[in-house]
Amino acid sequence: MPPLTTPKSGDALFASVERVNAELFTLTYGAIVRQLLTDLEEVEEVNKQLDQMGYNIGTRLVDEFLAKSNVSNCADFKETADTIAKTLSYVCPVIAFFTATVAMHHSGTFHALSSANSLGFKMFLGVTATVTNWDAEGTTCSFVLEDNPLVDFVELPDTCQGLQYCNVLSGVIRGALEMVSMKTEVTWVRDMLRGDDAYEMRVKLTKQVPEEYPYKDDD
Amino acid sequence: MGTVAIYSLFIINKSGGLIYYKDYGSAGRMDTNDSLRLASLWHSMHAISQQLSPTTGCTGIDLLQAHNFDLHCFQSLTGTKFFVVCETGAQNMEILLKTIYELYTEFVLKNPFYEMEMPIRCELFDLNLAQVIQKDRVALLGR
Repeated sequence: MPPLTTPKSGDALFASVERVNAELFTLTYGAIVRQLLTDLEEVEEVNKQLDQMGYNIGTRLVDEFLAKSNVSNCADFKETADTIAKTLSYVCPVIAFFTATVAMHHSGTFHALSSANSLGFKMFLGVTATVTNWDAEGTTCSFVLEDNPLVDFVELPDTCQGLQYCNVLSGVIRGALEMVSMKTEVTWVRDMLRGDDAYEMRVKLTKQVPEEYPYKDDD
Repeated sequence: MGTVAIYSLFIINKSGGLIYYKDYGSAGRMDTNDSLRLASLWHSMHAISQQLSPTTGCTGIDLLQAHNFDLHCFQSLTGTKFFVVCETGAQNMEILLKTIYELYTEFVLKNPFYEMEMPIRCELFDLNLAQVIQKDRVALLGR
């Protein structure tokens, strides 16, 4: 029987999913943000709504990542995480974090996350993310995106300075990680729309719900 | 006459609720109540099996063998369980379950009108599932 559990590389994953024209995606996302601004009026509310939308996406997307990446058990992941980290010198924002999720889930260490995370970003966004800035406890790290298809053409007007334009991404990460029993807080610390040199998301593991029965409804 | 029979397929959400049940011609087709009850029983048995494990990291029952059927179970990392009841000795059921998981991510989770953790009523999923099961039978017939 062929091995079912050989994890794939980020490139292979990205090649395996359907794609649309990047501009269509960028413009659609822009239209959504504009509409939310019109409907909700408050920038803070829009941030919340984007995060919630991302969360909803993440809770669904994580399964596809798990199914297609063949990341399925601890031993295999640990073995391959190093490989992935080595071969993927670039990291993309969506793929990496997903893999990381799985790693943390099984090894119990947030650190395994780093190599994995890049994968998730690669798979869905086709951009590379790097995982850096681990804190001493190994529960907080940063995803740095040099490139971000969401913000092509975007210039934040003065009236929207508080807008976290890419909040949908942090929501996706939060949602996906929660589905594999990790509660996280995701915040943006660098934003190219505000003149920083890259996008940086700070992901903090707040609670790891043990994989135990019975699952409680309120988890 | 090497037909490999798949008797039924179940999908259980992470809280033990049956969200999909398909019968492929088992002798006694279950009514909804029975299938729901069995699904949640299986969910519990799966959990108990994890606690029986002498070592950590057990993911529960993968295969249950009876004298006249096999039950193959696959649980995704997000806690959704897929299991097929098939004829004894059927091969490649892990691959079939994996394929069904991919169909689930594709045609169920991506359907914006599908409510998470609720019963699956997605025509595209049914259609593609039927094809996969059919193909599987043919492939198994061919060897």
